[in-house]
Amino acid sequence: MRTRLPAIPSSEITAEGVYLSRRKALRLGGAALSAAALAACGVSAPPPTSSAPIGPMLTPAPTPDTREPAAAKATDELGDKLTPYASVTTYNNFYEFSTSKEAVASLSKNFKGWPWQVTVGGLVNKPKTYDIDDLRRKFDQEERIYRLRCVEAWSMVIPWVGFPLSKLLKEVEPNAKAKYVRFESLQDPAQFPGQRDPFYRWPYVEGLRLDEAMNDLTLMVTGLYGKTLPAANGAPLRLAVPWKYGFKSIKSIVKIDLVEEQPTSLWMSAASNEYGFYSNVNPSVSHPRWLQDTERRIGELSRRKSLMFNGYEAQVQDLYKGMDLKRNY
Amino acid sequence: MPSLESNKTPSWPKQILAWIEAHPHLVTALFALAPLGFMLRDLAYDWLTANPIQELTFRTGKVGLVLLVGSLACSPLNAISGLRFALKIRRDLGLFGFLYISLHLLIFTALDLGLDVALIVSATSQKLFVLAGMASFALLIPLAITSTKGWQRRLGKRWKPLHKLVYLALPIAALHYVWLVKADIRTPLAYAAIIGLLLLARVPAVRGWMSSLRRRVETGLRGPAAGKQKQNPFPRYPPAKPGDISEKSIL
Repeated sequence: MRTRLPAIPSSEITAEGVYLSRRKALRLGGAALSAAALAACGVSAPPPTSSAPIGPMLTPAPTPDTREPAAAKATDELGDKLTPYASVTTYNNFYEFSTSKEAVASLSKNFKGWPWQVTVGGLVNKPKTYDIDDLRRKFDQEERIYRLRCVEAWSMVIPWVGFPLSKLLKEVEPNAKAKYVRFESLQDPAQFPGQRDPFYRWPYVEGLRLDEAMNDLTLMVTGLYGKTLPAANGAPLRLAVPWKYGFKSIKSIVKIDLVEEQPTSLWMSAASNEYGFYSNVNPSVSHPRWLQDTERRIGELSRRKSLMFNGYEAQVQDLYKGMDLKRNY
Repeated sequence: MPSLESNKTPSWPKQILAWIEAHPHLVTALFALAPLGFMLRDLAYDWLTANPIQELTFRTGKVGLVLLVGSLACSPLNAISGLRFALKIRRDLGLFGFLYISLHLLIFTALDLGLDVALIVSATSQKLFVLAGMASFALLIPLAITSTKGWQRRLGKRWKPLHKLVYLALPIAALHYVWLVKADIRTPLAYAAIIGLLLLARVPAVRGWMSSLRRRVETGLRGPAAGKQKQNPFPRYPPAKPGDISEKSIL
């Protein structure tokens, strides 16, 4: 489930754009650098230099990431196959673009995910605004294969790339009053046509209890399938909380605040009787529309049984000891 | 006057309209089956999103609802515009609508729920939208069966009241739609409103008002003299040619 990315620090890996430009330079300077000499030395690629400004996960958005999608493993820890890259990136609930899951990929094509800043503040000792490139450089980017269970009773298995939220929170030092983490997405109706629809209370807001946020499973996501996060999946920074329904995993985050009161999410304000603050995957809590005891894994024909906490019971059940999960849905 | 123009060839839009007029069932079949054609094409090319079963369920349900609402719109449309063509395609629209709703239910129970009886029962008992959908479909079954001329004759006077079940089936279908969407119920409510208006158009007073409105509009267009001469609120469409005696037989 959890895979460290290659031992080479990401900052040492040559960015694709830089790599390509070096290749070009090599070709141009071919007379000076004999290919035979290179082969004799066993050098197949130019050595990385300290001047390389960015690593692969730091690929600046302006140049599209054309690397082939790749993951370290073909299955999750339960042996379930990864959902194909094409499905993961073309079937998205991202209401800022459209309520139609198939429309998001094309509507998000020109989304500007770079430059990007995330403000981390509220009840913390060291509030700070991070550049997205800083976040990618500062925290080791690791691959984690998580199941994503949508409240609409479909699911995927996705190899995310990112870092635990706990690392970021530890850096800003939440103070004693902080009880919850409140996340906010970008508000930009020019880029997000769906935000022109006043039905929903934009911007998208989500929240976690502080201990949920500090759980090692809670991931800040910057990529998937070894590539920079596509806009349709919430570029450049989103959350992945695999034991909760998909809508809790807020996309295109610009603001993270530590707060004392339980935040009201967009879905709570849209329909509080259906979407609670916790929204843990729970087959025994029924929903007025979708059958929550079964789900369709994207790419599979028949339904499969849904798992308590989406199969992450061992890692998270302690968070909810003594709580009535039917009431706290 | 038609007699003056009869030597001229009509313009091509008029020719097309005349052809459509002459082939109501074929035209309806072409339009009603086109979405099914697109679904089969998309199935063949794997264009039905990453969740094809859900996509097919949504599409068949939507087309079925549109066709059934279209069928419901036929007689008010005729009442307000005198468009007899609408009456000719009313049954066709209803039956094609029923075809799509049958596919809709088949995809849901067989493909989505895998014909798992326990799952179907629990879905129907737990989810109001499933219950409403099933109820609406159940009400449509006798209507589809008795839609033939033979059944119409056999049932005689009872046929009409039986087919008024559609006034119940469609509001329940709208409710099914309202209950199944996520939070934003504006689109289903729009369908519900249209169905509501079409049912309202069946109230005798509203129907009378629509006919009188049509008469007044026609009077305004043709002048009061023409209006006074008019007797039949549902004239033959297209108007009879001189010498055509069938107009008399209708009256």
